[in-house]
Amino acid sequence: MAADLGARAERRAALVFLAPALTLIVVFFVLPILAALVLSLTDFDIYAIAAPRTARFVGAHNYAVLVRTPLFWTALGNTLYYVVVGGPLSVAVSLGAALLVDSRLTRARAWFRAIYFAPVVTTLVAVAVIWKYLYDPRFGLLDYALRAVGLPAIDWLGNRHWAMPALILMTVWKNFGYNMLIFIAGLQAIPEDLYDAARVDGATALQRFRYVTLPQLGPTFLFVGLTTMIGYTQLFAEPYVMTQGGPLHATYSIVEYLYEEGFRWWRLGSAAAIAFVLFPLILGATLLQSRLQARSRARAA
Amino acid sequence: MTRAARAVVTTLLLPAAIGACAGDSREVTLRLWALGREGEVVRAMLPEFERTHPGIHVREQQIPFSAAHEKLLTAFVGNASPDVAQLGNSWIAEFAALHALEPLDARVAATPAIDASDYFPGIWETNRLGDTLYGIPWYVDTRVIFYRTDLLAAAGVPTFPTDWTAWRAAMVRLQKANRGPGGATAGDADRFALLAPVNEWATLVVLALERGAPLLRDGGRYGDFEEPHFRDAFAYYVGLFRDHLAPSVNDLEVANRYQSFGAGDFAMTISGPWDIGEYRRRLPATLAGRWTTAAMPAPDGDTPPGVSLASGSSLVVFRSARHQQAAWALIAWLSDPARQLELYRASGDLPPRRSVWRDTSLARDPAVAAFRTQLEHVAPLPKVPEIEQICVVIAQYAEATVRGALSDSAALAGLDRDVDRLLEKRRWLLDHGR
Repeated sequence: MAADLGARAERRAALVFLAPALTLIVVFFVLPILAALVLSLTDFDIYAIAAPRTARFVGAHNYAVLVRTPLFWTALGNTLYYVVVGGPLSVAVSLGAALLVDSRLTRARAWFRAIYFAPVVTTLVAVAVIWKYLYDPRFGLLDYALRAVGLPAIDWLGNRHWAMPALILMTVWKNFGYNMLIFIAGLQAIPEDLYDAARVDGATALQRFRYVTLPQLGPTFLFVGLTTMIGYTQLFAEPYVMTQGGPLHATYSIVEYLYEEGFRWWRLGSAAAIAFVLFPLILGATLLQSRLQARSRARAA
Repeated sequence: MTRAARAVVTTLLLPAAIGACAGDSREVTLRLWALGREGEVVRAMLPEFERTHPGIHVREQQIPFSAAHEKLLTAFVGNASPDVAQLGNSWIAEFAALHALEPLDARVAATPAIDASDYFPGIWETNRLGDTLYGIPWYVDTRVIFYRTDLLAAAGVPTFPTDWTAWRAAMVRLQKANRGPGGATAGDADRFALLAPVNEWATLVVLALERGAPLLRDGGRYGDFEEPHFRDAFAYYVGLFRDHLAPSVNDLEVANRYQSFGAGDFAMTISGPWDIGEYRRRLPATLAGRWTTAAMPAPDGDTPPGVSLASGSSLVVFRSARHQQAAWALIAWLSDPARQLELYRASGDLPPRRSVWRDTSLARDPAVAAFRTQLEHVAPLPKVPEIEQICVVIAQYAEATVRGALSDSAALAGLDRDVDRLLEKRRWLLDHGR
C-alpha cells in the first residue's frame, strides 16, 4: 500500500517536471500539426483569408486532386532523384573528407577542418550566386575547363538533364563539411586497440577500414544518414535561388510545389495536403533506414 | 493598484500617448511600398514631397518586383499593409476581393488635378471593378513589336505589316532570307523570324485579345477557350512554331535575347517599354537606327492597330491605412504631370496621362511612338483574382501544344477544364452571394 502510494507520488512528480516541456511540445508542435491536418481537409484560400466563413470542408478532395496533378508527381520524382543520388554521395564525400582530415599523415588538420566547414556556415544565396557564375555556359569556369580539354561546353542550369546534377554537386560541396565533423568525432571515438589488434592479425589498411572502422561507425552512419535524408527531402532553397524549379520543371521539388501552392497562390488547404503527403514519406524512409541499419548491425554482431 | 504598479503602467503607456497626440495633430508618418526600379526613383522624389507637405513624413520601402505579390499578401494577412502601395494593375481584382483597398471615386471627384479623361481609357479601366475605382495609374505598359528594320527591308518588307496575313507573310519572307534560296541547308538554321519564348503567356494572350477572345465567360465563372476567337488566335500562334517561323524555346534557353537580336538570330519580338532602354543600352552602336517598334498588327478585317495588353502599375490606398487624407495627398502629388515626366526620365516608365506625352522628349522619340499609338488601343485581362494563375495555365498548355505533346483541340479542352476548376470557388461565391 505504502509502496503503491510512493509510486503514484513519484509519477505525479515526474509529470510536474515534464509539464513545461510537454506544454511547449503540445502548443508549438502537436496543435499546429493538428491545425494543418484540419486545414488540409478544407479549401482554405485567398477568399477565406478575407472572409474565413467562405472556407469549406472538402474532405479528401485536396489529396484526390493532388494525385491527379502531373506536376505533383514530377516534383516528387525530382525530390526522390535528389535524395537518392545526392544523399549517399554527400555521405560518401563527408566520410572521405573525414578520413583524410583525421589521418595521422595530414598536417594542419584544424585548418582543413575549418575550410571544409566554411561552406556550411556561408549563406546559401551567396554560394548560389557564385555557383551560378561557375555554371555559366559562356564565362563559367567549369565550361572553360571543359573547352580547354576539348569537350563541348554544357549549359548546366539551362539543360533539363544537367540542371539536377548541377544542383546536387553544389549542395554536396556546400554541406559535406557538417557530416565530416560528425564522422571525425565518430572516428576519434574508435579505440586504438582495435586497430592494433587488427594489425597484429595481419589486416591490410583496406581490411581495417572494412572490418574495424565501418562497423564502429555504425551509430554515426545512422545519425548522418537520417539527418541527411530528411534534409535532402526538404530541397527548396537551392532550386528556388538558382533555377526557379526550371528548366521545364526539371528541378522543381515537392517543397517548392508546397511553397507555390501556399504562398504564391494562397491555396493553403492544398498546400497543407502536400505537407501531409510529405510527412509519411519522410517517416517511412526514416523507419526503413533505421530498420536496415539495425539488421546489418545484428548481422555484424 | 499599488503605486509601483501604477508607475510601471504609466511609464509603458506614456510614449504611446505621446505618439498618438503627435499623430493626430501634426506629424504623420506614411508607409509607402514601391516596387523594383520605381522604388529607387520615388525615394529621390520624396524629399520634395515632404518639403511641400509639412507634417507628412514618408517612410518608403523598396520591394523587389519578383517578391512583391507575396509580400503584399503576407502583409495583408498579418495586418501590416502599408498606407500606400504600388500595385501591378492585374493584381487589383485580387486585392479588391480581399477588401484590402480603399475606393477612390470620391477622392478623384474632389481632386480636379486628377482628370480621368486625361488618362488612357483602357488603362484607367483596369483600375475599376464594377462601379468602383481602386487605383490611380502611375505608369503604363503594353506590348508592341520590336523589330530589325534592316533585316525586314532586306527580306523585301519596307514597312511593318498591319494585318495578320501580311505579318505572317513577312515572317515567311524573312525565314526564306535566313535559310537562303536553297532551303534549310543553304542558310543559317538557327535564325528565326520571331522570338516568342514558349513559357511566356503574353504573346498568345495579346493575340487572343486582338482577335476579341473574351478568355472567360458568364462573368468570369468559366474558361472560354474553345470558342472560335480564341481558337483562331491559338491556331495562328501555334502555327508560327509549327512552320519554324519562331523557335520552340523557353526564356531560359535564350541566353541573352539582346545579343541574339543584335546578331539577327531573330528579327522581331513582342515586348514592353522597359526593353526600349535595354536594347539601347545593350546593342552595339552600329545597330542604332536599325531597329524600332511597331504597334500590333490587327486580325484581318479589323482596322489597325490591333489591341494589346493594358498593363502597368497603379497607386492604391489600403483600407487599413490610418492616414487616408495624407495617403491621397501623396498619390495626387505623384500623379502630377511634372512628377510623371520625372519618373519617365529616371526610369523609362511611360506616363498614363496624355498631357505628359506632349512633352518634347517623349513626343520625339521614334521608339516610343508605337507605344503612344498602341496605348489608345489596349484591353485589360479579365478582372478576376485568379487571372495570374489562369495565365500560367494558358502558357503551360500552349507550350505543350507547341512542343507537339497535344493537339490544338485537346489543349483547348484541357485549358477549359483546368480553368473551370480554378474558378470553382469563385462560382460558388458568386452563386451564393458571399
